This record gives sequence, structure tokens and C-alpha cells, in this order.
Amino acid sequence: MDEILKPATEWELKSMISALAERQIPAEIIGAGSKRGVGRPVSAPVALTTSGMRGISLYEPSELVMSARAGTPLAQIEVELASRGQMLPFEPIDLGPALGAPAGIQTIGAVFATNMSGARRIAAGSARDYLLGLRAVNGHGEFFKSGGRVMKNVTGYDVARGLSGSWGTLAVMSEVTFKVLPLPDDVATLVYTGLTDDLAVELMSTALGLPYEVSGTVHLPAGLARRLKQADLRSEKKSLTAIRIENFTRSISYRKGRLKEALAAFGEPIDLSLEKSLQFWGDMRRLSFMPYEPTHLWRISTSPRMAAKLVNDIKRHMPVEAFYDWSGGLIWLETPASADAGTADIRRAVAIHGGHATLVRADHSVRGLVDVFQPQSPATERLSRGLKDAFDPLRLFNPGRMYATM
Amino acid sequence: MPSIELPSPDASILARRNEIIRDLQSLVGVHCVIADEDGRRAFETDALTAYKRLPLVVVLPSTTDEVSKVLKYAKVNGIKVVARGAGTSLSGGALPSEDAIVVGVSKMNKVLEIDYENRFARVESGITNLAISDAVGRGGFFYAPDPSSQIACTLAGNIAMNSGGAHCLKYGVTTNNVLGVKIVLMDGEIVEIGGPFLEPEGYDLLALIVGSEGQFGIVTEATVRILRAAEGARPMMIGFESSAKAGMCVARIIGSGIIPVAIEFMDRPAIAVCEDFAKAGYPLDVEALLIIEVEGSEEEISDRLAYIASIAEELSPQAIVVSASAAQSARIWKGRKAAFGAVGRLSDYYCMDGTIPLTHLPHVLEKISEICARHGLRVANIFHAGDGNLHPLVMYDANKPGETDKAEAAGAEILKLCVSVGGCLTGEHGVGIEKRDLMRVQFSETDLAVQMRIKSVFDPDWLLNNGKVFPLDAVAAALARREAELQRATGAAAAA
Ligand SMILES: Cc1cc2nc3c(=O)[nH]c(=O)nc-3n(C[C@H](O)[C@H](O)[C@H](O)COP(=O)(O)OP(=O)(O)OC[C@H]3O[C@@H](n4cnc5c(N)ncnc54)[C@H](O)[C@@H]3O)c2cc1C
Repeated sequence: MDEILKPATEWELKSMISALAERQIPAEIIGAGSKRGVGRPVSAPVALTTSGMRGISLYEPSELVMSARAGTPLAQIEVELASRGQMLPFEPIDLGPALGAPAGIQTIGAVFATNMSGARRIAAGSARDYLLGLRAVNGHGEFFKSGGRVMKNVTGYDVARGLSGSWGTLAVMSEVTFKVLPLPDDVATLVYTGLTDDLAVELMSTALGLPYEVSGTVHLPAGLARRLKQADLRSEKKSLTAIRIENFTRSISYRKGRLKEALAAFGEPIDLSLEKSLQFWGDMRRLSFMPYEPTHLWRISTSPRMAAKLVNDIKRHMPVEAFYDWSGGLIWLETPASADAGTADIRRAVAIHGGHATLVRADHSVRGLVDVFQPQSPATERLSRGLKDAFDPLRLFNPGRMYATM
Repeated sequence: MPSIELPSPDASILARRNEIIRDLQSLVGVHCVIADEDGRRAFETDALTAYKRLPLVVVLPSTTDEVSKVLKYAKVNGIKVVARGAGTSLSGGALPSEDAIVVGVSKMNKVLEIDYENRFARVESGITNLAISDAVGRGGFFYAPDPSSQIACTLAGNIAMNSGGAHCLKYGVTTNNVLGVKIVLMDGEIVEIGGPFLEPEGYDLLALIVGSEGQFGIVTEATVRILRAAEGARPMMIGFESSAKAGMCVARIIGSGIIPVAIEFMDRPAIAVCEDFAKAGYPLDVEALLIIEVEGSEEEISDRLAYIASIAEELSPQAIVVSASAAQSARIWKGRKAAFGAVGRLSDYYCMDGTIPLTHLPHVLEKISEICARHGLRVANIFHAGDGNLHPLVMYDANKPGETDKAEAAGAEILKLCVSVGGCLTGEHGVGIEKRDLMRVQFSETDLAVQMRIKSVFDPDWLLNNGKVFPLDAVAAALARREAELQRATGAAAAA
């Protein structure tokens, strides 16, 4: 990497990108760089970081809305929100520790650019659902905005949401505006032990089918439970399946009772204290039980009823550790180091059971060899290429990061 | 005369009308094609009834394959297409043109799959919004977005407009509740995007399709998220002597950390009309009424309503009424959901849909009264207060010369006002033709160009729902730019 560009303002961002466009110099686009190791390796002589553009530009707690410059650290945003009793409801995952970077450094722009949501997604929606608007510069060197600061807005196409999950390959965001929600008064977690993956999925799906607004359903097989920091949970030496509810304290005690009754067939759960509960879900958010190792990490989206089967299929080819989030709708899969990260077997299993898979952790050489993102159908390929052409015809931004030829 | 300019029809297409009808009949069968004038009349407008255009021909396919055949044919022959659901669009989104084929999805209304365990339903897009909730209601589930038109409007229209409803404050709008679609592109290609998964793969094409106002392709199927219904729900009504106090009450409730399922607002004229229609027991001697609904068990509901009442008490409300029975709750909602229709029985009306940051509510409501008074028009306000989505109903008499123009002028002023306080032109009804020429109030030329390039990716010849969403001159300029770029590219290729 020869040079790092660090615009401090929107205007500088636009000027820098215009200059790159004029000379047709591609750039790696980064926030704090915590997820730099995700995607195919980008070969670009320049990196451009948004981390110089910081600060919260608007916060109206009674309207549930905040705007922040793209490079603002997520940690700063969460502190500010907490000081007014609010939060980002989608519980953004912090991939830092799993990728060998420190926890807590990611920027808010990157949270939306990668659409990373945590456990509460099943109840509250994903990062893209909370994105209300953005300001950005595209590969033509044009500054543009989309959406706005109000909760409901269908004026023109939803370009802002369309850019979520594009991993900095279409435009560089300078500011994002998003919806926030009140923090719950109280949190309770019921942990069931010793369930098979199949039964755990059944338990989690049953819980979500009850009218008690369950806001987190995760399952850690014994191999992963053993890696938890919390000694009492670790000492169970069994798989752990956790159900979270969040609400007013009085509601919580009522709902907890009803849930226990309805789920009695799955055993007697451990009832985590508030403090332990917060610690537990914090660990889920940081994937702290899947720390940086020379193994590979996959992220698989599927429908819950297929989750255990899918994992079993893959297990026939390689030893894996699977963390089930979203009742099984999201699987974080740790696989042994190998030249192709098990790609062929994993993609085959995903094709059979439905869904899509992204290779989140692998070293440079592996990422250069295999498809990191789910290969597209010819039709979606054509549309994606059209979008890339529309936003970044010179292929300036993160060339090849998502798809080899884009 | 209504004043929005509609593109003039292509004479060469009109001249080929008989041939086109024959071709379509042989493609999808005579029973799917409506060619006679009486039949076509039923499709000449939507709920923006001031504008009418008799379509070239109407096709009502019953399968995705048929839709694909029709689009492919239209593309090859350079014929425009307007997709249609139930025709309840309030922005002229479904308005046909004389040189366009209307493709209606109303026959494609089946439920294809319900999966309670994985919480999704797969349906054909012509199903009505309410029919989805009815179908999954048996399992104790529901489909969350609930536009007031839900008895009639289709999921296809909801997807095109990214429709909302009263209960979206808690559950989000259409884009937050659709997981996948099957869409037919203009060249006839059938594309599946998303599915029963909570994450998009690759670029979020679905996010672009939802809210694209029928300009990207024709959606024939969708996978939607279904949610387990709460144990119970109950509304309360709080009346205030001023809109300002009602606005403050909304801000305080939300600021206190409660997100009710719905917070709806009606002003005095609206209350009177709705009470007359629904006999819901709305307090009549207040200037502003909030309908606030919460969910949960009986005890949770009482707790929550009592808490909200305590917040309201600080603003000395004139009335606080908690619904006493399921029947009363139903009447309260019936009145609210029928509000547009109830106003419509009294007068022609022009329904605005701007959204504003809540802090500006009192100021904006005052200005709206001023604007309408200046134009000599009455206005009733009924809207989704929790998310600042206003629906001033500007009343006018279409038979009085000049009144339609006045209503449109007042409407435009109201929308400019919404944008000037940090809001937007439309919160849920879409741009259609109605707000097309106001787009520059909210967007720069570049903002529009960015959007129009996306349109060109999905529909390079701009055949789908032509003449909507973007100012006509902006589209002409975009197409000219594209033409020049293509010529430059072919020129460069020839030189090389
Ligand atoms: C009394 C009344 C109350 C209303 N209340 C609400 C409300 O509370 N919230 C709200 O959001 N809206 C409301 N609306 C507006 C309207 O009902 C919505 O916009 C609705 O989504 C339109 O659905 P439809 O089936 O009638 O679509 P149409 O009016 O037929 O079409 C709407 C748009 O969808 C496109 N379209 C239709 N089918 C397809 C398809 N298969 N593929 C691609 N594009 C397609 C059309 O081209 C058009 O642009 C209300 C309307 C009325 C008349």
C-alpha cells in the first residue's frame, strides 16, 4: 500500500475521488479497517479511509433519529445513545476479534456498508432496516444523497438501502442517518442445556412462535460453549440454547414465566441475572468464542429448519464448529484451515438446503482463489454488474472485492 | 383542469393497436386480454381520479410465464407497459397511457406456502394485503404492514410503493417485511431475488425493487415475513385543545421509551366526519385526537396505557378514553381506516402524504391551515403521528372551475413546506405522476441522475411505467446522455 487518503470533510472526499477518477487510480475503501480481511484481496495502489470524517451531526432522541459522519466509531455512537437511554436495535456484530483486530473500533459507515446485524435482528430487523438516509460520493466523483431523516420516506428509489451491504464497492458514504430505539428496561435470558442442534432449532422456533416478543435465540453446541468466558455456563460442559426477552421489568417476569411453561418439554433452563445476561449477549455480539485463529470462518444464511441438516452435511466432509444465531437462520461456521476453505463442500450443502454463504475469515491466498461471496445467478450477476457500472464505471472502489470481475 | 403534463402517446403504437391485441391474444389467450372500450374503462385511472387515460389494451395473466411472454413481446415491439394491482394508488402510480399495455396481476392471488415454524409466507403478488393476514391468522400470525386500503390493495402495489400503515410505527413498512420476490424484467427474464432468509446475498437488489413504483419489472410472487400476533391489543383515545399539545404528547411518549404499536392523529374536522361514519365514540369537542394502541397481555396493556395516560395528564388533555371492549376497539380502528372514504363522501379531496420531523408538527399544522385558507379550501388532517407522516386531505369541488388547480397548488405548497423543515414529499403513497414535478424540491440533479441510472439498469428502454416519478425533462436529458455515451462507446470501439 503506497498511500492512505484520509479526507476530513465531504468536500475533500469528493475532490479526492474526482482526482482518482481523472487518473483512473483504483482505491481500497476502508473505515477503521477492522474488516479489511473480508472479501477477495483488493489490489489498489491507494487506500481511502473514512475515519477522518467523524462526529454526530444530528441526534433527536424524541424522534428516534441520529445522523453521523461515516467514520465515527460505533463505540462513540453507542455511548451517546446509551446516555439518552437508546440503542441501535439491530445489535451490530463486531467482527474485530474474529478477524484479529481489536474489538470496538469499527465505524458506523462500515456497519451499514456491510449490513452486519446481531441476535436482535430476528425481532427488530437488520442494519439496513434502520438506515434512513445517506450522503455519499460515487465513482463518477459525484456527491449525492438519498433518503432523509424522517421515519417514512418513499420519495424516489431507496438508494440508501440499496447501498447497504455493498462493501464499499459502489459509493463511499460520508454520512449516514438511522433510526434508533429506546433501550429495554430489563433483560432476561433463559439458557437450556444439552439439546441437540435439531432440538435447539425446534426450541428456538417454538419460542419465536409465541406472543412474548423473544429478541434473541442462539445455540452454541458443546464445543463452542466450552469456550465461553462465563465459568458457570462453561462448566455445564453441554450445549447451550439461549432465549432472550427484553421489556419492562413487570412484563419480563410475566413473560419469562409463560415461556418456561410453554418450553417445559425442553428442560429446566438456567435463568441468567441481568448482569450475566448482558455479558452473555455481549459475547455473542463480539463472537468472542470464535477468536482469531488460522481456521476459516463462514457466515451462512439459511432457513432455520434447514440449519442443522446443512451443518451435518458439511460435517461429513470436515470437522466444524457451528454457532447458530437467528434460530438457525444464521450460522457462523468455523472450518479447518485448508487451501480452498472447504468451499466446494460448503457451497454444495448450501445449494441443497437453500441459502447463501460468505467466507468471512481466510488468509490472503485463499481469498484470492475462491469465491468469497455467494456466486450469483446469471440474472442477478447482470443486474449487479449494471449497478456497478451505474455507480462506479471506472472500477475505482474496492475492485474485485465482492466479485472477481467487478 | 388538472395540470400535470402527461407524455403524448406514440402514434405509431396507436396505429398498430389491432395487431397488438391479436398478438397478445395468441400469446396468452383471448380470456386474458381486455380490448373493448367498456372493459378498458375500468382501468383508466386509480385513486387519483382527476387523471384518466384509456389504456391501449389490458392483459390479466394468470402465471409468471404469461407475464414474461407479454413483457418480452412488448420489449421487442417497443411498447410501454404499466403494471397494476388493485388501482388504489393515490399518486397516479397506476395511471395508464393510451399507448401502453396494462398488465394487471389481480388474477394471481394465491397463497403458495405458509411456514409458521420459519415465519414466512410465499404468495402470488396479486393477493390483497388483508388476505395474507387472514391466511396466516389461523396460526396466530399476521403480516404487519396494514395500509388503510388493505381490503383492496394488493401486495404487488404495496411492494411497488413500499406502503405503510397505522401499525408500522412498531413493525416497519413493506420493505422491512418482504424477504424475497420473483420479478419479471422487461426482456421477459424471470429473476428470483431473496427468499426465506433474513439476509440479502450480494447487492441488496430487493431494497431497490421495493419502492420502485413498477418501473423495474413486474413482481409476480413474494416471500413475506409473518409475525406472531401479540396476546392482545387495545387502543386509547386522548383529546387535546390544540394540535401543538397533541404533538408534544407524541414526542413525550416516544421520548419516555415506549414505542406503542400505533399513534394516529385526527384534527377536529376529521374527527367529526369519522365519528359520523363509524360511531366509535370519538370525543367531538377537542381540536386534536390521538389514537394510541399498545399490545401484550391484559395486565401489560393496562400497565402501559396507564403510563401513557400519566404522560398525557401533564398536558391537561380534554378527554382520555380507553377502549372498553373488543367491539369498541374495532369501531375505533374502523373509523380511522375509513377516514379517507368518509371524507370522500362529503367532498372531493386531494390526499397529501409528506413526512416531517415530529418537532415541527405544531408549526406545520398551523401553516397547512393557513395555506388552505389562503386558497379558500377546507382541510382535514388524519395521519400517522408516531412517524410524522402527514395526510392533510385538501377538500375541493372538482365540478367548480379552477378548484382542482387550487387544490393542486395548495398541495404543492404543503409538500414544499414538509421538505423545508427537513421532511420529504411522500411517506408512503409514492411519487407517481402527482409529485413527479416536485422531485427537484427534495433532490439535486445528481441525486436524480443516480436514481435514473438505476432505472436504466433494470429497464434500459424506459418502457415500464413511463412518465412517472421523475420530471419529464430530467428523463429526456438522462436518455440523451445515455445515447451520447453509447455512441461514444461504439465510436471508440470502431476507432480501435
Ligand atoms: C382509501 C385509501 C387508503 C389508503 N391508505 C393507505 C395507507 O394507509 N398506507 C399506504 O401506504 N397507502 C395507502 N393507500 C394507497 C394505496 O392503497 C397503496 O399505494 C397500495 O399499495 C396500492 O396498491 P394497489 O394494489 O392498489 O396498486 P396499484 O394502485 O394498482 O399500483 C400502485 C403501483 O404499483 C405498481 N404495480 C402494481 N402491480 C405491480 C407489479 N405486479 N409489479 C410491479 N409494480 C406493480 C403500479 O405500476 C403502480 O405504480 C390508500 C389508498 C386509498 C384509496
